[in-house]
Amino acid sequence: MNSLAAAQVPVAAYLILAAMLFSVGVAAFLIKRNLITIFMSIELMLNAVNLTFVAFAHMWHQVSGQIFVFFVMVVAAAEAAVGLAIIIAIFRTRQTLNVDQIDLMKS
Amino acid sequence: MPSDYLWLIPIVPFVGFLINGTLGRKFSRALVAAVALICTAIPAILVAWLWITMKADGAPEVLRVVSKPWIAITGLQIDFAFTVDHLTLIMLGVVTGVGFLIHVYAVGYMAHEEGFWRFFAYLNLFMFFMLVLVLADSFLLLFVGWEGVGLASYLLVGFYFQKDSAANAGKKAFIVNRIGDFGFLLAMFLIIREFGSLDFAHVFQAISVNPDWHGGVITAIALLLVLGATGKSAQIPLYVWLPDAMEGPTPVSALIHAATMVTAGIYMVARCHVLFDRSPYALGVVAIIGAATAIFAACIGMVQHDIKRVLAYSTVSQLGYMFLACGVGAYTAGIFHLLTHAFFKALLFLSAGAVIHSLSGEQDMRKMGGLRKRIPITFWTMTMGVFAISGIPPFAGFFSKDEILNQAFVSTNPLGKLLWFVGLFTAGLTAFYMFRLWFKTFFGPEHFEEHTDLRAHGAAVHTHSDSHTVMVADHEDNHAHAVHESPAIMTVPLAILALLSIIGGWVGIPAALGGHNEIEHFLEPVFSTGTIAEAATTTSSRGLELGLMTVSVLVVAIGFFIAFVFYYKKPGTGAALARRAPALYNLVLNKFYIDEVYSALIITPLLMFSRLFLGGLVDGGIVNGSGAAAGATTRGLSSLVRRVQSGNIRSYAGWLALGAAAVLLVMIFGRSIWMH
Repeated sequence: MNSLAAAQVPVAAYLILAAMLFSVGVAAFLIKRNLITIFMSIELMLNAVNLTFVAFAHMWHQVSGQIFVFFVMVVAAAEAAVGLAIIIAIFRTRQTLNVDQIDLMKS
Repeated sequence: MPSDYLWLIPIVPFVGFLINGTLGRKFSRALVAAVALICTAIPAILVAWLWITMKADGAPEVLRVVSKPWIAITGLQIDFAFTVDHLTLIMLGVVTGVGFLIHVYAVGYMAHEEGFWRFFAYLNLFMFFMLVLVLADSFLLLFVGWEGVGLASYLLVGFYFQKDSAANAGKKAFIVNRIGDFGFLLAMFLIIREFGSLDFAHVFQAISVNPDWHGGVITAIALLLVLGATGKSAQIPLYVWLPDAMEGPTPVSALIHAATMVTAGIYMVARCHVLFDRSPYALGVVAIIGAATAIFAACIGMVQHDIKRVLAYSTVSQLGYMFLACGVGAYTAGIFHLLTHAFFKALLFLSAGAVIHSLSGEQDMRKMGGLRKRIPITFWTMTMGVFAISGIPPFAGFFSKDEILNQAFVSTNPLGKLLWFVGLFTAGLTAFYMFRLWFKTFFGPEHFEEHTDLRAHGAAVHTHSDSHTVMVADHEDNHAHAVHESPAIMTVPLAILALLSIIGGWVGIPAALGGHNEIEHFLEPVFSTGTIAEAATTTSSRGLELGLMTVSVLVVAIGFFIAFVFYYKKPGTGAALARRAPALYNLVLNKFYIDEVYSALIITPLLMFSRLFLGGLVDGGIVNGSGAAAGATTRGLSSLVRRVQSGNIRSYAGWLALGAAAVLLVMIFGRSIWMH
């Protein structure tokens, strides 16, 4: 092993970090009641996945994984815009963002 | 050529049915009547035209009009085909001619009834199906007409459907006919199997080119056809519907249940004579059924009190005569009697209708009497009918009945002499019950005033002159006020039919009396085809024929004399005799309890089976039960699954996470399990 390689952080570390991020996202998604928090936890999961993409891309010396990340970001941005709009609409009609109280299609 | 317009003959009444059936409710009565009459007059005119062209020298004996194929499957093709031969011509003449007269009469008779438009729509529908039946060139098209007239009969018997008895009579007529139709259907299946066709021409041709075909399948087909005929033509054992069918309006009784529809069975047997000629056994059955029905119904007819019921049993009895004629191979005689019977029985029914009309609905002969002076036109027309049916020379019934008796006597049937004797005895009974009706209705003291509710209507009971014939319009005022003669619109058809009842038999004056028996020559081309031997129509010597005639006239005279003594000279003799043998009298009065026997043996078990097994177990248990079980299962399962769809996002998320975890577990550990 040369010094450069030794200085590098091993892929496993990235994956562990990504797994921890993802688990935090899932836990928050399951536990939290606030719709915005849930939304943010979804973003967290997405970014955990992004991190694995970048890590693997670096490992294999290929850019395709990084390009995927850009795609995911773009879609996530669009999703965030739409999702926030829906959340605002729900808040306006129900005056609450507690998901336990949002269990009917009709208000 | 008339053949180009042949299809118009049935279609025009159908158009009348459509017009009156859909728009009639909004029409005035005059307009309804006009539509119905025009739509029956046109076929009558067309038939007359057809008759003239076909009687002309060199005219073809058979006209055939074929349309596009109706049913075409491998090995079987059925066309919409109409055929006209001399037999069809006679039937067409009866159906359109008598039918038209009865339509005219009905305009007067039904003038005050509710549902006037409905009545004439049904009547035209009946004409349509009857004409299809008569014109049909295949068993299947005949069957269409056959079922159609049954439908029209059902609708018209149950015309007063608010009355329970009428509704039940309609159902009875329909169901009993269905039993016969079942036989007809089976016969058609057998014909398809054996001949691969339902065309008359094809089937009969196949039989006549194979002289060695006897009995066997042909007997089976013939017997099944006879079953159909016994249903439609009210023969033993399926005659029970016809007397009940008298619940319908009287013109219906005259048209459908006397002159036309009930003769369809005889027409069918005559039409299929090629088949029947090959099966002496089936012919024997026809003859025995006919003779038995003739005498049996005549016996019942002797003691009935309802004027229409007497005529109904008389119809059954006369149809038995026609069956007897066909059964001894004398198809011409059968058709001849069919023709004369159509005249005089339609006349009798219409006259009875006029009597009932004049008494504002009274049908019980015990509440009549002495009507001779009150309704003279009806009296005279009825008299013609009574003379004709009793077989008094030279009225129509005499010639046709004697032809049948003569043919029975000389037939090769081993029971020929017995059949002749039964027919002869029935002739005596016929004379008795018809003159009983005549005397009870028109002679003796008047029984109606104190029984009918005439006085309830106030107004002069006696002041009406004997023969006031008023037109329908002003007739309205006089209705139900007093015993009155019917309007001209009713008496004119009566008069025409009375004339036909006198002269109608003259087309068949036998050679023994110096006549030419024209009807026999007329029908010869129809009945000579396909018969192997002329054995069926042996000619008797002139002396024998005259002797038989004398005997039958004597028997009729005896019947008349007994009725004369019982019901005119010494009224009450009959009642005294009835008291002497109450058991026998009650047996006959109650129609030999045949309805009760059928009810106990067939209807009740069938109803019990239907109610308990089919209704309770099959319908209630299996059909309803499986439906309920399917519902309960779905409901139970969904009550479990429903919990998943709570609408709660966090529970969805939980399930999602669980599912993802499960997939992960399977991917990690499952793979190793499958691989090893």
